[in-house]
Amino acid sequence: MVATALAILRKDLRVELRAREAVPAMALFTVTAFVLFHFGFDRDRLDGDVAAGTLWVTLLLATVLGVNRLYAAEREQGGLEAMLLAPIDRTAIFLAKAAALLLYLVALELVAVPAFGLLLLGPDLIGPLPELCALLLVADIGLAATGALVGALAAETRARELIGPLLLLPLVVPLAIAGAQATEPLFTAPGVGEDLGRWLALMGLYATIFVLLSVALFDFLLED
Amino acid sequence: MYGRALAPLALATAAASAVAFGLIFFYAPLDADQGFIQKIFYLHVPMAIVALLGFLAGGVMAAMHLRTRDRVWDMRSYVAIHLSIILGLGVLVTGSIWAKASWGHWWVWDEPMLVSFLIVFLLYAVYQPLRFSIDDPGRQARYASVFAIAGAAFTVLNFIAVRMAAAYTHPRVFSQTGGNMPADMFITFLVSLGAMALLFATLWTLELASKNAAERLRRVRRRLEREAEHTEPGERLTRPAPIRPAPAPR
Repeated sequence: MVATALAILRKDLRVELRAREAVPAMALFTVTAFVLFHFGFDRDRLDGDVAAGTLWVTLLLATVLGVNRLYAAEREQGGLEAMLLAPIDRTAIFLAKAAALLLYLVALELVAVPAFGLLLLGPDLIGPLPELCALLLVADIGLAATGALVGALAAETRARELIGPLLLLPLVVPLAIAGAQATEPLFTAPGVGEDLGRWLALMGLYATIFVLLSVALFDFLLED
Repeated sequence: MYGRALAPLALATAAASAVAFGLIFFYAPLDADQGFIQKIFYLHVPMAIVALLGFLAGGVMAAMHLRTRDRVWDMRSYVAIHLSIILGLGVLVTGSIWAKASWGHWWVWDEPMLVSFLIVFLLYAVYQPLRFSIDDPGRQARYASVFAIAGAAFTVLNFIAVRMAAAYTHPRVFSQTGGNMPADMFITFLVSLGAMALLFATLWTLELASKNAAERLRRVRRRLEREAEHTEPGERLTRPAPIRPAPAPR
């Protein structure tokens, strides 16, 4: 199963590397959003809760773009039917899609977080970087599982561009809560994340539940 | 098959609601701080509890559907979620009225129950659009079931997250209404909760019965049309075969 998942993942990454569709769009979206936030708040530098909220909400909204594209190629070119004809475990398809989304998100954050530090963030980014990376990584795992499940759910509906985001955004509220709460002290001048462990635990719980749930439920979405 | 329990359920609901309203207005004492408006508590909180249990029950029924492949379970799950969405709207409206009356604002963000409820409501508001934008009935049932199960798990997780956030920013005692309610208030609350649960059960049964009847009617009509095509004009219609419940779909 892992070998199959890796093969599908390799295919997805090769398509993404050649077409350069999802990740550049997501990165461009976040930078544009930062510009919008600059004018929206009319502030040159953000710190504390506003900075944390801006970063997390922008990243979560950018995830919507990635999720919308995650199954686009399969749908438009009949890739899913071909995969379903092959004698492979359906969970492998989910694992590949979630892993692809995870890598997209990590790639996005490699661009978006420095851009945020450069454009908007008041306090220094280097200091709290290890904590922030840990938070982002755990959040990305949960996001990847939720996104791969929601993408598959929405892909077969008529109004998929509407259903996908509307479904995904309420589902990621716990991640927004944990992310913003944990990042706020990191972005407050010389702050240290005192409750980092709690919020990491919440994100870990979220990731565990949605990974297990998606693995259990994904098979039922691909059953015709 | 669903209609049989309907009459006793409806009677029980009417009786329990009458008793509940009697207790609310004539037995339960006026709240010392909030006065008369506190009585909305007997409507708001039972509604919230029943709606949440309805969402969870919808998830369990959806799991039964995926497990047994019996579409009856999907229909049950759909009706439970659909009713919970309607109750959820009631919860948000009554909660908002209560917040305005006792805190002076139509919406307060430091009430974790209300905020969690809004998030859950926003998620389930997508249930019907998702369901009805899938044409194939089998796929519709499966996708809706996957949504219902994920939604039920999310409901629990979301409550934990929102409560953690609220406990962090606004340290407070666990609950101001639950722990040390006077006995007469608590009895009234329990009766109201029972009445609301019965109302939910009645509406659930009613909607399932009507959906079932509509389905059977459609089948009878289709058969009559088929027979009408095969009979010559003037020839006596054959007696329709006795109506049997539909064979379970695959």
